[in-house]
Amino acid sequence: MRNALELSYLVPLFPLIGFLIIGLGRRYLSKPLTGVIGNGVILLSFLMSIWIFFQVKEGNSGVVDYFNFISAGSLKIPFSLQIDALSSLFLLIITGVGFLIHVYSASYMHHESKEHFARYFSYLNLFVFSMLLLVMGGNFVILFIGWEGVGLCSYLLIGYWFKNTEYNYAARKAFVMNRIGDLAFLIAIFMIIAKVGSVDFSAVFSAEGLQKLSPSVTLITLLLFIGATGKSAQIPLYTWLPDAMAGPTPVSALIHAATMVTAGIYMIARSNVLYSLSEVTSNIVAYIGLGTALLAATIALKQNDIKKVLAYSTVSQLGYMFLALGVGAYTAAVFHVMTHAFFKALLFLGSGSVIHAMGGEQDIRNMGGLSKKLKWTFFTFTIGCIAIAGIPPFSGFFSKDAILLSAFEKNPVMYAIALFTALLTAFYMFRLLFVTFTGKFRGTHEQAHHLHESPALMTIPLIILAVLSIVGGFVNIPVVFIKDGESLTEFLSPVIAKHGGHEVSHSTEYLLMGLSTVLIVGTIVFAWFRFKNFQPREEKGLGKVLENKWYVDELYEKVIVAPLNRFAGFLNDIFERYIIDGVVNGVGRAVNYGSRQLRLLQSGQVGSYVLLMVLSILVLLLYQFFIRK
Amino acid sequence: MPINYYIYLSVALFCIGIVGVLTRRNAIIIFMCIELMLNAVNILLVAFSKMHHFKNAAVNASAGTDGQLFVFFIMVVAAAEVSVGLAIIVMMYRNIHSVDINFLNRLKH
Repeated sequence: MRNALELSYLVPLFPLIGFLIIGLGRRYLSKPLTGVIGNGVILLSFLMSIWIFFQVKEGNSGVVDYFNFISAGSLKIPFSLQIDALSSLFLLIITGVGFLIHVYSASYMHHESKEHFARYFSYLNLFVFSMLLLVMGGNFVILFIGWEGVGLCSYLLIGYWFKNTEYNYAARKAFVMNRIGDLAFLIAIFMIIAKVGSVDFSAVFSAEGLQKLSPSVTLITLLLFIGATGKSAQIPLYTWLPDAMAGPTPVSALIHAATMVTAGIYMIARSNVLYSLSEVTSNIVAYIGLGTALLAATIALKQNDIKKVLAYSTVSQLGYMFLALGVGAYTAAVFHVMTHAFFKALLFLGSGSVIHAMGGEQDIRNMGGLSKKLKWTFFTFTIGCIAIAGIPPFSGFFSKDAILLSAFEKNPVMYAIALFTALLTAFYMFRLLFVTFTGKFRGTHEQAHHLHESPALMTIPLIILAVLSIVGGFVNIPVVFIKDGESLTEFLSPVIAKHGGHEVSHSTEYLLMGLSTVLIVGTIVFAWFRFKNFQPREEKGLGKVLENKWYVDELYEKVIVAPLNRFAGFLNDIFERYIIDGVVNGVGRAVNYGSRQLRLLQSGQVGSYVLLMVLSILVLLLYQFFIRK
Repeated sequence: MPINYYIYLSVALFCIGIVGVLTRRNAIIIFMCIELMLNAVNILLVAFSKMHHFKNAAVNASAGTDGQLFVFFIMVVAAAEVSVGLAIIVMMYRNIHSVDINFLNRLKH
C-alpha cells in the first residue's frame, strides 16, 4: 500500500480550490453560497489536518515527494511536503483557528456587497493555502513560496478597503517591510544551496549538511533571522504590524495574530538545529526578542485604538517567542505560538464584536460600560485577558511560564526584564478591558442606542476560542504539577531535540511561578483602581512619547524614508534628465552628426572613389609588408 | 632576361593605368587605362609562369601552364567588360552628349 501521507496534499489543495471558485465566480455566487464554500473548504482542511495529526501521533511521519519543482544541473528541488510533529501541530492551529475566524467573518462582513464579500473570502482562502504551504513545505523553497504567498495576501487583505488611501499606505508599508526581510531570507536560501547543494530540510539538517554549513552558519542563521523579523514583526521591522490593523478585524485576527506572524517562529523552530550551532545568533535572537517584547509592551500602555493595543500586544508576545527561541527553548516558543493563537484570535474577534456593536468606532476613549450590553463578548474578552496576562490555570500562564523559566536558566537579568514585560502586558490588557467594558458609556447617544450583542455566528467562535484559551495550556503542563506532563514536548521531540529536564529545582520553579502570579494579580488590581472610572485626558511627558510609539515611525521617516525619497528625487530630476537622457539623446545626435559627415564621402565622383580604393589598397599592402611581416 | 625587368615594366604600366584612371575624365580613356592595368597583370603572370616552367620542367612537364591559362581568362573577362562598358558609354553619350564622367555624379542622389 502506498503511504497514506501522500494524501496530505489535499490539505492545502482545498483552500486553493475554494480560492479559485470564489475568486473566479465572485460575480455569480450569492453571499450565502460564498460563505458556505469559503468555510467548507477550510473545514475539510481542518478534518484532514486532524487525520494527519493522528497519523503523526502513531509515528507515521515523513517527507512526501510529488514532482520535481526545479531541476537545474545537479540541483534538484522537489515539490515535497513534510509531515511531522511540528508541521502537523501548525496545521491544526492554522486550519482550526482559521476555520473559526472564517465562520466569524461570514457574519462580520455581511454588510459588504456580494462581489466584495466574495473577494474577501477568496483572499482569506488564498491566505490559508499559502500558510499551509509554508508549514508543510519539505524544503526551504516551498516554504519560501508560502512565505511570499502570505506576504501577498496580507497586502491584499490590509488594503481590502482600497478606497481609503491611508489603508493602501498601510498595505504598502506591510509589503515593503516584509520584502526587506524576504530578501535576507532569499540570500540565506542561496547560500544554503551554494554550501549544501540542496534545500531539503532532511539534507540540510543531516550531519553531512551541517558539516558543510558550519563555517558560515552564523551568517546564514542571521539572514534567516532577518527574514523572520520581517514576517514576525520584530525590531527593527515591526512597525508594519500595528498599521496592518487597517484591514477588517477578522483579518487582523487571522493574519496578524494567529498565523502569518508565527511564520518566522515556525521557520526558526524548523531550523532549530542550525540555531543551536550558533551561539552568536541565538543571543541576538534572544536580545531582539526581549527588546521587542519590552518596547511593544510600553507602547501598548498608552494606545487608545482597541486594535492598536492588541497589535502591539501581538508584537510583544512575538518578542516572547523569539526570546524563547534565542535561549534554546524551541518547544516553549511553539507552545506559546499555540496558546497565543487561541487567546489573541479570541481578543481580536472580541474587539471585532465591540467595533461591530459601536458601528465602526475603534477609540476606547469613546467606549465604556459595554459589559451590560455585550455580555458574551465581555465574558470571553475577560477570559482572553486573563489568559494573556498569565494567571493559572489559563493557557497563557503555562506557555509564558515555560519561557520565563528558560530565560531564568539562561540569565536572571533576562528573566527580570521578561517578567517586567509580563506585568506591563497584564496592565495594558486590563486597562483595555476596564476602559472598554466598565464605567460609564462615553460615546454618542446614537451609538448608545445602537449597542447590541453580536449574532450567534460571531459569539460561538468566541466561546470556542475562550474554552481553548482556558484549557489550551494543559497540553504542556509542567512536570512539577503532573508526573506525565509536558506531552507537547514529548510529541515534538522528533523535530526538536529535548535537552534534558530543567536545571532549576522544583522549589525554585514554584517560587518563580508564585512570584509572577502574585505580581500579575497585583498589577491587575492596580489597573482596576486606576481605570474603573476612566476619564480621557491629555497625555504629557513620557505618556505622550509612548502614545506616539516612541516616535519610531517618525524616526524611520526621517532616517530612511526621507533620504530615500530625496535620493529618488535626485535620480528623477538630475540623473534621469541629464545623464540618462543625455546618453540616449547623445547617441542619437552622434549618429546624426557622423552620418552627415560621412555623406560627404559619397560625392558621386567616380575618380574620388577610385582614388580612395587605390589608397586603401596601398595601405593594406603597406600593412601586409611592414607591420604584419 | 632576368625577371626583374618584366616586373619593372609591369609596375610601370600598372601605375600609368592607375594615374590615368584617377586623373582623366574621358570615359573612353579611363577604359583604356583599365585595359592597361589588366595587361600589366597579364605580363606579370606570363613572366612568372615562364620562370616557373624553366625551374621545374625536369620534374613536371606542365609546370607553370596554369599562369598562362589565367591570362586567357583575364583576356576573356576584359573583352566582356569592354563590350558592356562601351555599351554603357554609348548610352551615356546618347543621353547627355558627353563622355565626361564628372557629369555622371547623379548616383549620389
